Amino acid sequence: MEQKTSAPSGHANGSADPSAPAQSGVGTTGHSWDGIEELNNPLPRWWLWTFYACIVWAVGYWFVYPAIPLVSSYTKGFLGWQSRAQIEVDMAELKAMRSGMTTKIEATELADIEKNPELLSFARAQGSAAFAVNCAPCHGAGAQGFKGYPNLNDDDWIWGGKAEDILTTIKHGVRWEQDSNTRSGVMPSFGRDGILNRKEIATVADYVLSLSGLAVDKGADLAAGKTLYAANCAACHGDAGAGNQEMGAPNLSDKVWLYGSDKAAIMERITLGGGGVMPAWSNRLDAATMKSLAVYVHTLGGGK
Amino acid sequence: MSVPTSTSFDPHADEPDLPLYEARKQIYPQSVKGTYRRIKWIILAVTLAIYYVLPFIRWDRGPNAPNQAVLIDMPHRRAYFFFIEIWPQEVYYLTGLLILAAMALFLMNALAGRIWCGYLCPQTVWTDLFMAIERLIEGDRRERMQRDAGPFTVEVFALKLLKHTFWLLIAWWTGGAWVLYFDDAPTLVLQLLTFQGTATAYISILVLTFTTYTFAGLMREQICLYACPWPRIQAALTDEHALNVTYRYDRGEQRMSVKKAAALRSAGEPVGDCIDCQQCVAVCPTGVDIRNGPTLGCIQCGLCIDACDDVMAKINRPARLIAYDTDVNIKRRQSGLPNIFKPIRSRTILYAFVIAAVGGLMAYQLVTRAPSTITVIHDRNPVYVKLSDGRIRNAYTVRIANMLNDPRTFVFSVLGLEQSQVDIIGAEHASQGELFITVGPDQTRELRVLITHASDDKREAPVALYFEIRDDLDGRRAVGKDFFRTPNTVH
Repeated sequence: MEQKTSAPSGHANGSADPSAPAQSGVGTTGHSWDGIEELNNPLPRWWLWTFYACIVWAVGYWFVYPAIPLVSSYTKGFLGWQSRAQIEVDMAELKAMRSGMTTKIEATELADIEKNPELLSFARAQGSAAFAVNCAPCHGAGAQGFKGYPNLNDDDWIWGGKAEDILTTIKHGVRWEQDSNTRSGVMPSFGRDGILNRKEIATVADYVLSLSGLAVDKGADLAAGKTLYAANCAACHGDAGAGNQEMGAPNLSDKVWLYGSDKAAIMERITLGGGGVMPAWSNRLDAATMKSLAVYVHTLGGGK
Repeated sequence: MSVPTSTSFDPHADEPDLPLYEARKQIYPQSVKGTYRRIKWIILAVTLAIYYVLPFIRWDRGPNAPNQAVLIDMPHRRAYFFFIEIWPQEVYYLTGLLILAAMALFLMNALAGRIWCGYLCPQTVWTDLFMAIERLIEGDRRERMQRDAGPFTVEVFALKLLKHTFWLLIAWWTGGAWVLYFDDAPTLVLQLLTFQGTATAYISILVLTFTTYTFAGLMREQICLYACPWPRIQAALTDEHALNVTYRYDRGEQRMSVKKAAALRSAGEPVGDCIDCQQCVAVCPTGVDIRNGPTLGCIQCGLCIDACDDVMAKINRPARLIAYDTDVNIKRRQSGLPNIFKPIRSRTILYAFVIAAVGGLMAYQLVTRAPSTITVIHDRNPVYVKLSDGRIRNAYTVRIANMLNDPRTFVFSVLGLEQSQVDIIGAEHASQGELFITVGPDQTRELRVLITHASDDKREAPVALYFEIRDDLDGRRAVGKDFFRTPNTVH
């Protein structure tokens, strides 16, 4: 052990002579650590020249491409290249590549798009991609919806399930104030504004449950509920609860419930009123994309 | 305790330190005539002819498919080989072909050594071709050795330039023929000549020109010695009964001059037939000495057999001092036993069996494969949809493939769930309750299929559904399976 730690032992052997070729025929660097010497094998010349060439090339980069950050800007480079400009070029190319089909989509009625297998598959593909980017955050990746955000696969439509109705909803949104043609229709806040008291709300909720055949609480006064319903709700939701798509009043007699079908959820809706908001897309998406979206949603299965 | 110096640990301390890499020795193979040379010429001609001509052979597949016999159509994702058309999902046929190729290689090796290396390998074939051109322009072994040793004159330069020009032309033609397998050959030739081919085509040709020129012209045996894995594998796979190009040392040793051998022979002494004329080494394309026994460098092309036979004929000794033989037989002859040949051994039987089994399986698959397929994918999200009347609906993406070159109409039906409603988005027409789907020639078509069922289904397990398509004309069927799921079956 002490031999290993005694550093000069290598020197003692006298073999650290840089000029003396070692067994390999190559001289050493003259260093010796614990008798271990380092052969003097310089980098190959071709490697060095490649390395120098790379340095020169890199300097060229500074001048040609954006390179050096400045205080409030950066050096732009002779080529004026920008990754954002590159994306714009790519997107324009993509648009040009699709233009043949998109002009056809623009020129064709929604119903005729769905009758033409080629247009249908293109519109569904484009609609599916646009849906994933723009609609999925609220309606879900599979358009399955969430509480307050309608499931677009089913056949229950608040604002109409024909392809044209869907396109209108996409274009102008729902309760979207910036768009004058938006779908509008707001349910009053019966509880919060004091139109109905809590007991009345519970009574009418029982009646609403009974409209679609759901079980009601024991001893519920359905007759009183019916009277309250006729006075407060029937104007929009209809006498039998069939709803009214003109003003976005949901059908209360079917099995699909946007906010849940238990009594507490229904009471909450009567208390608060209001309704969900969807943005208008006509300023953000082009006509062909919106049409494709309408076809996609309409052909998910629930379209009328 | 004292630690020994590092040199005393080194078992090779007293040996000279050899360089790790051997400098290449230029090989000047001499021309030779004989049986094996003739076989090699024939194989060279046939294989090159196949390679260069095959893309131009036509094969009529009707109006909706290309008429090139052998074509790999990348943009349309199809591969054609005469009467066979392969879709991307059938690429397992390629796996089968690779297994067959490997097994055929092993079988060849078990029977007669490196037949592949010596006669069939593209490296051998193109190197042979390049050597023939070299010989035609620069002369045979001796002439070239003298010229290379002499001064570099204008004449030498001109000859070399001519040789490399021809090499590059062949290399370019080789690369050019390769790309013809990937597009309609006559059209592509015209495009390439008028500089209207794609960049991919030109770059592929350039790359293959470079590799052909480098491999067959410049690197030659270096590829076999250093780049190719097969010599290593081959050495591990061979056995004592495999025929190999063998120097029959039982007959050849002791080597001596013709004169000395004649004297000893007349004195009744034992004499070897090898006169150490080095002809076997001179003709060898990889520069090995076959008399050292089987080596990694020997590609077993048999040219040394031809060279040696020539010499044996001249000195009036029997031919085949070098021959396809085994070491077992040499040992047997030395102990006075007759030769044995065992082409049928456990390993050759095994290889032949695997070849027959894989080949048979592939042929069976090919003959019985369905001309149409149907695949079904259940919507993952949502798994089911509750409709306003309480019924449950499942949605499926169905893809129907028509693998024939004519448009076909299929009758679509879903079996397995009684009293369910089947809707197809974009189906052509229904008549008498049947759904008709038309799929274009050699195409697929995707459909969205909706299945709606009553809400009072209390089954706890998903119901198996069978999506069936039946060819409206010939009645052939294809079936895809999936499940119908309800709130009870989703946990």
